[in-house]
Amino acid sequence: MIVVGLFATVCLAALAPQSASADESPLNKTAPQFVRKTLDGGKLDLGNFRGKVVLLDFWATWCASCQIELPAFARWQRSYGAQGLQVIGISMDDDPELARRFYRRMKLSYPVAMGDEQLGAQYGGVLGLPLTFLIDRHGVVRARFQGETDLKLIDARLKELLSEP
Amino acid sequence: MSLRHLRIVAVAALLASLTLVQLPSHAQFSPGPSPESAFSIPKAQQLQPEELSRLLHGQVANKPLIFQVGSHMLFAQAHIVGSEYMGPGSQSAGLKLLQDRISPLPRKTFIVIYCGCCPWERCPNMGPAYKLLHDMGFTNVKALYLANNLGADWVGKGYPVESGR
Repeated sequence: MIVVGLFATVCLAALAPQSASADESPLNKTAPQFVRKTLDGGKLDLGNFRGKVVLLDFWATWCASCQIELPAFARWQRSYGAQGLQVIGISMDDDPELARRFYRRMKLSYPVAMGDEQLGAQYGGVLGLPLTFLIDRHGVVRARFQGETDLKLIDARLKELLSEP
Repeated sequence: MSLRHLRIVAVAALLASLTLVQLPSHAQFSPGPSPESAFSIPKAQQLQPEELSRLLHGQVANKPLIFQVGSHMLFAQAHIVGSEYMGPGSQSAGLKLLQDRISPLPRKTFIVIYCGCCPWERCPNMGPAYKLLHDMGFTNVKALYLANNLGADWVGKGYPVESGR
């Protein structure tokens, strides 16, 4: 009877809906590593940016709030790049071609790669855009901004991290 | 018109100008602010997450069909248990999928649509999907009101989801 009960429990657990909330937030942990092909054909390896402060931005062409942030992030890449900032964009569009056309039109000054549900899960679930992470020079995720965020808040946090060794 | 509304209209105009010229026709945003705005959905037709949860788990005779009208990548990461992927309401391909699905249904069918890609007032998908259902004569349609996104307002509140395409 116990065996049957255990078997039933295991079966029910296997059939139960998976909870996306089970994905762990990477905040204050080493940033999940990934290697992707960029929209312009290059290689994007997060590990190569150790020693830099990384602004990791999940966005999409259809996301209106993202359109507010993208020009600011491009501007920050230009102005803070010499201090060690690296902006990385991850498009969560379904169609890479849409993202590619948009990327070219916006003339973004930083690498952008396509995301997918696996990468989303690595970062705790990208269940709403925009979603921005700040990763310090040691590769630790130090901040997470979900939704439309006051850019001054991100900028202030960014400056703090850039001032750290 | 408040400053907040003006800002939303300005972002919608920016999006349209950036996408209409270069994107293939299936991905174009509809011109004009009203049909694609979730603001176009009457308050009386909006459904709060807790109400949908009660409908799904209670002893209710008339359970709704639930259609996700957002991106496939979001759906793959997490979707409301039992919901069906219809494709983004902001794209004609998504609307076609929805149209094909609902065409044979009785017009009194109880239908709930949701997206959660981004904050309610920024969502490009809910307005067109709701309008299609309304224009096709469906009289029992509710739009799930997710103020911020699916992650914060459904998953984060512990309501069940499943993953996979």
